[in-house]
Amino acid sequence: MSTAELHTLTGAYALHALPDGERLEFERHLRVCEACAQEVRELSATAARLGLAVSAAAPPALRDRVLREITHVRQEPPQAGMRQRASSRAGRAGRWSSYALAACVAAAAALGGVAVWQHEVAQDARQEVSRAQQRSELVARVLSAPDATTAAAELAGGARGAVVVSHRVNRAVFVASDMARPPGGKVYQLWFDDHGTMRSAGLMNPKATDDAVLLDGPVDGASGMGITVEPSGGSERPTSQPVALMEFGQA
Amino acid sequence: MPGRNDRVEEVVHISGVRSAEPDLQELLVHVARGDQDAFTQVYDQVSGPVLGLVRSILRDPAQSEEVAQEVLVEVWRTAPRFQPSRGSAMNWVLTLAHHRAVDRVRSAEAASAREHKAALLDRTPDFDQVSEQVETRLEREQVRRCLRTLSELQRESVTLAYYRGLTYREVGELLSVPLGTIKTRLRDGLIRLRDCLGVNA
Repeated sequence: MSTAELHTLTGAYALHALPDGERLEFERHLRVCEACAQEVRELSATAARLGLAVSAAAPPALRDRVLREITHVRQEPPQAGMRQRASSRAGRAGRWSSYALAACVAAAAALGGVAVWQHEVAQDARQEVSRAQQRSELVARVLSAPDATTAAAELAGGARGAVVVSHRVNRAVFVASDMARPPGGKVYQLWFDDHGTMRSAGLMNPKATDDAVLLDGPVDGASGMGITVEPSGGSERPTSQPVALMEFGQA
Repeated sequence: MPGRNDRVEEVVHISGVRSAEPDLQELLVHVARGDQDAFTQVYDQVSGPVLGLVRSILRDPAQSEEVAQEVLVEVWRTAPRFQPSRGSAMNWVLTLAHHRAVDRVRSAEAASAREHKAALLDRTPDFDQVSEQVETRLEREQVRRCLRTLSELQRESVTLAYYRGLTYREVGELLSVPLGTIKTRLRDGLIRLRDCLGVNA
């Protein structure tokens, strides 16, 4: 199943309406998709409200049986270390907000061990998901825009990259072929070059190295774009030398 | 289109149910340390919702009580694993109850014949049970009102999946609607409900 298809399963998952195979696949995806995890939290809470609405009065006999039974049922131990992990991630919440969607796409294996539910999340993750649906549309609009210009460049390792810019649409699309996968625990991060100041334009899916990627955010006055290798989840500013820098073509 | 469906038509905030939540959360912390008195109080808050939800899925009163009992004992057993960061205590308990009831209904159906299609479509959720609790009545009224803001297909899909315990594939077959459409309706239906109910998680 494609990543875009997996995103639409948040509702079915929250309602426990996925057959086992698909549920397991979706849970694997949840571990690396913060925006999906946030949406699942909200939709599960919504489903619970449906449950509350059919509340019934429980008979006294049930109360007696349950209270008697628990006196000889051993409790499970808590899951050690979970809480600490949650708090240590809290400081990164702000950054996750802007990269939540990109991080979904960048299904970095290094994030696999992080318990999905433990993330502190930002309020705007929800909007990030609905924006995903507009992306493919925007890619098509940029590529077919009458004022679209293309600048190509050779990337490290013999890969080729091209950036297509439409100032009218005010968006840019990066197209790569044969890009090497980023090293373990790292992702490619895209940047707009605002005349020397790098402005983040999202992360690339490390598994899709032949894809058209819509750069996050408007082109505005940017004169070009760059790509750096960053730790999973991305960085606020480039922390390594760019693997590619491209000037935008002139219309 | 999601954009249109996301439009909030009615936003109603009734805090009746949530006011009990910090208490429940706090009580679960004590339950996690083996406090049986705290569990009694937890029981009194959650047993009605648990039984009501299980019964809406299983229908059979005796089987519903049996599963409700399993769920309530599981609350005791797994309280030390409850993570407030995952959502409210009531949410946790009801998710557990939903899973247990759905597991039961699916395994029962594997053994016996599947219920008649018309019977499934006919059964609307049991909203009209008498309850002495004002909070419950308000909650029910609010959910019913918000369900009315959904499109017919959204409402049918969500209620068949949640209250009947059907998988989205079964919902699709029952309604003769393509699976992709059902997935989307489950999601945008819940999103609309979330906005109408003012759910924050």
